[in-house]
Amino acid sequence: MAENITNKDIVKEENLVYKKTDLLTDKALSYCPGCGHGTAHRLVMEVVEELEAQDKTVGIAPVGCSVLAYEFMDIDMQQAAHGRAPALATAIKRLYPEKYVFTYQGDGDLAAIGTAETIHACNRGENITIIFVNNGIYGMTGGQMAPTTLPGMRSSTSPYGREVASMGNPLKITELVAQLPGTYYVTRQAVHTPAAVRKAKKAIKKAFENQKLNKGLSFIEIVSNCNSGWKMTPNQANQWMVDNMFPFYELGDIKVPEE
Amino acid sequence: MKELRLMKGNEAIAEAAIRAGVDGYFGYPITPQSEVLEYLMLEKPEERTGMVVLQAESEVAAINMVYGGAGAGKMVMTSSSSPGISLKQEGITYIAGAELPCLILNVVRGGPGLGTIQPAQSDYFQSVKGGGHGDYKLIVLAPASVQEMYDFVELSFDLAFKYRNPALILSDGAIGQMMEKVEIGEQKKRLTDAEVKERCPWATTGKDANRERNIITSLDLDPNKQELFNHKLQDKYKEIEEKEVRFEEIQTEDAEYLFVAYGTSSRICQKSVQLARAKGLKVGLLRPITLFPFPSKRLAELSKQVKGILSVEMSAGQMIEDIKLAVNCNVPVEHFGRMGGIIPSPGEVVEALEQKF
Amino acid sequence: MTEEIIIAGFGGQGVLSMGKIMCYSGIVQGQEVTWMPSYGPEMRGGTANVTVIISDERISSPIINEFDTAIILNQQSMDKFESMVKPGGTLIYDGNGITRHPERKDINIYRVDAAAEAATMETTKTFNMIVLGGFLKIKPIVKMENVIAGLKKSLPERYHHLLPVNEKAVKRGTEIVQEIQILN
Repeated sequence: MAENITNKDIVKEENLVYKKTDLLTDKALSYCPGCGHGTAHRLVMEVVEELEAQDKTVGIAPVGCSVLAYEFMDIDMQQAAHGRAPALATAIKRLYPEKYVFTYQGDGDLAAIGTAETIHACNRGENITIIFVNNGIYGMTGGQMAPTTLPGMRSSTSPYGREVASMGNPLKITELVAQLPGTYYVTRQAVHTPAAVRKAKKAIKKAFENQKLNKGLSFIEIVSNCNSGWKMTPNQANQWMVDNMFPFYELGDIKVPEE
Repeated sequence: MKELRLMKGNEAIAEAAIRAGVDGYFGYPITPQSEVLEYLMLEKPEERTGMVVLQAESEVAAINMVYGGAGAGKMVMTSSSSPGISLKQEGITYIAGAELPCLILNVVRGGPGLGTIQPAQSDYFQSVKGGGHGDYKLIVLAPASVQEMYDFVELSFDLAFKYRNPALILSDGAIGQMMEKVEIGEQKKRLTDAEVKERCPWATTGKDANRERNIITSLDLDPNKQELFNHKLQDKYKEIEEKEVRFEEIQTEDAEYLFVAYGTSSRICQKSVQLARAKGLKVGLLRPITLFPFPSKRLAELSKQVKGILSVEMSAGQMIEDIKLAVNCNVPVEHFGRMGGIIPSPGEVVEALEQKF
Repeated sequence: MTEEIIIAGFGGQGVLSMGKIMCYSGIVQGQEVTWMPSYGPEMRGGTANVTVIISDERISSPIINEFDTAIILNQQSMDKFESMVKPGGTLIYDGNGITRHPERKDINIYRVDAAAEAATMETTKTFNMIVLGGFLKIKPIVKMENVIAGLKKSLPERYHHLLPVNEKAVKRGTEIVQEIQILN
């Protein structure tokens, strides 16, 4: 009888379908339900775990929704000033070439205020990994227009929709950095379906493995949603992302190392 | 025999950094301090000690590279001149807020704005009162010779690591550009990664199984915790004020008037003391070596002995505020200074003394 | 002993390196030295000057506006620095390009026509060493052997083959310096 089934009956090894990696802490995520950050965090930590690199990894958290990433990732981390994560990562990697160093940044952090740091770290070919979560909006500060906000897209600072003539075009920074000789691997992924998650994880793993090759920077964009900022339910937000973000920010590899 | 070299102040800083076993230098060119980066690039410290030297894309990037390296426990530094130091303030307040040791060199030029490339001391407030946002202090050392430029590199790092606080060497274009005799120290070995872990158990050196993860951040959204943290910082600054004051006195024993001057101005004033004494004026000089902590106690003592104090600065009068606070209206305190890249002559300083008292 | 010197001329005349060699020579014989250049855009193709102080004692101000000796190598510098020689002090100049010769009556004046002399030597780059020779003849504050040692220290090794010609130039300078006005 249903009322007699307790948690104990359910939580059994043979019923296990998913186990959180030990490299994510038990702290409840501060992200909105439906947000892609949680999944992206998990993928990065799963990769570190699979590489057995907890003691060899240093992560850099940005300013933005993922400012508290260090609360959730059980690795040594530094919290950077807004946009400066690639500068911190540059120094740490150069001072510890054997370590895995990654930045985890949003679109405002990476593609607006941190454009110079992003481009120059990419151009120098620092042997680091940049995880770039693009949801087309400033989430933490309450849904303002981001460098990646789509034309016509509403935000609290483009309440009538982004007017390109006065507010400028959305910046495809991933395509931009792919042009630079210092980037080794550049790809755009998503985490909205199980298939997309599997692909994204593969890309992140490749990016981390690339650090051993000393061939340059790996840049992983993850196109994500912001149901709060977009004023939608999680499902609506995902659908809107598929319908509107993906046609502009096309998924797939942009620059792949020659095998 | 000790090795003597003729060096510019900027070169002495660079050589001292290599010899002190500094792990990383991150900089961006700006007159009058570009020789620091140029000297380092020429010397190939990568080969000499394994030191990392990188020309960053901006002063902002450079200080944030320092932030990264310092968070990872390494001995790292940057240098710039006034406009560049303004740009670095964001990074400096993060570094202070995250309680990290590092060294910043400011070879001051005249301001405001792009100002001039000639020497000035108009960045005193910015240096000793924090500079960026928030309640924080830097440990500020003011060299007055090329030898001190050399010596203060190691001293700064010692203090920075002792207190987990950024240290600033406040120099100026004159000391950066002039050459003097420098006694070169021994080459120290850079710390190994294991030694770094031992010295900085808080650093992001990679989470071992036997410790909690290390987090370098200046953020705490809980105001109660943030206030506690601020108290902790203030306690640290108090301890620094109690233990780390450094100054030099020249002919103060019988002084009836006192010059207070640091860096280049203090060199001018040494000559002014000679000139004034030749005229029969009993003048002495107090030269603060640390600007934070400021030698307030000693100034308070001297204020009971002298009839007047002249603060000599290449600025509109900034340090004079700290002197006034220290002497608490015991004696008149006046300012004399030149601005915009002009260095006062020793004679001018004596004239100012005669006019004002 | 403290000697406060200004060396002033065009950028490219070797003004700064002459000062450096003096300082190195001072260091070799155990003295304190400072070398304070004018710096910045004004150096590029314009005038260059350096204040050199050599002393047996700790040097106070590296920046001064009165000099024991002014070594003047162009007209602009003559106009600027003649008045800044201490009464009873010394002015040494190269007559090349000088249209207004020094006029002060209260200082010692010497002339060393180094530019003309350098043109007769293997390389005109020895110009500043000829001037230095002239200065040392009048003010032997550093010994000749220490000047050679100083020269060696300040020249990169790849130029060490030029040491003999520089040494020769210094000696030549001591021979050609002329007295113009000597105070009693």
